[in-house]
Amino acid sequence: MKKSDMRVAIVRMEGTNCEQELQDAFTVLGVDSKFVHIKQLKELTGFHCVVIPGGFSAGDYVRAGAIFASLIKTKIFKELKEFIKEGYPVLGICNGFQILVEMGFLPGKGRGRACLAPNDSGVYECRPTLVRNENRGKCVFTNKLKRKEIRMMPCAHAEGKIILEEPKKMLSQLKADDQIVFRWVDPDGKLAGYPWNPNGSLDNLAGLCNMEGNVLGLMPHPERSFFRWQHVDWVRKGLSAPGGYNVGDGRAIFESVIECISKKF
Amino acid sequence: MFKGEIEVRLKEGVDDPEGKNTLKTLNLLGFSEVRAVCTSRKFEILLEGRSMKEVRERLEKICQRLLANPVIHEYEIKVSKQ
Repeated sequence: MKKSDMRVAIVRMEGTNCEQELQDAFTVLGVDSKFVHIKQLKELTGFHCVVIPGGFSAGDYVRAGAIFASLIKTKIFKELKEFIKEGYPVLGICNGFQILVEMGFLPGKGRGRACLAPNDSGVYECRPTLVRNENRGKCVFTNKLKRKEIRMMPCAHAEGKIILEEPKKMLSQLKADDQIVFRWVDPDGKLAGYPWNPNGSLDNLAGLCNMEGNVLGLMPHPERSFFRWQHVDWVRKGLSAPGGYNVGDGRAIFESVIECISKKF
Repeated sequence: MFKGEIEVRLKEGVDDPEGKNTLKTLNLLGFSEVRAVCTSRKFEILLEGRSMKEVRERLEKICQRLLANPVIHEYEIKVSKQ
């Protein structure tokens, strides 16, 4: 499929954020995207990727993402399930990750249950954070990243601590099946505690994918480091980056998924 | 009409950062005798139903579907007639 034929659905409702940054990211890469309010979303035909943005959907009432997840479940659950089964990519960022976990798409069927609990610090953590690519090649959103590569993607959440129902068993399953995508690290790439791990997540987990690798949920925001000028040190270090002029650390996520869609469909 | 009172709290062993921070603050404010603080959420729900048993079953479903996350939460349901 050509880039110009691709269409991305950015699903939103009251309280979601960074939709514009997401749309800008896809536009810069030559892909058309559309904002769709959950109340207007009736089918996914014609879309090749679904993105659930971050934010505080429905005011984070009850639990982060619980209400948005319930709305999706009642409105478009079957269609979304089918969409994922057909291999189309689905991305959940921050609140979107919480929603994918609430709906059971992550860690996925037969994988046990997970939950994104309040941060250990008890406060909203909003700042640059570093993540390391842990994936061995399954996840379609990280093909353009080298293994163990460190990237800066800002975090902005109060409930991001990944808890697994059966920690030991599930963690070894996730590792074995290449479902771990990102881990929080320090600048040397080592797994470290607070503040490098902003929420106290088990085994520094920051992003997970499903068994098939086409559903990714991650707590940090790649769209907030899409351009080099979104990095806090760009004034000191300039806009040149290893990936090219004004290329930010989060850009590879979008490039990877676009490449995957163009090859697969 | 029935009234359901649902208390959702964290399971034993799950960290309660809000409780811990409240404990720290209370100690700072001079309440040095305070040893532990746990937080929970209470929902009061008015609903129609034929019997206490039926209402309890519906509230149970409400907890499972929305109010509680089974990985970290436990809940207690009280039902009364209005």
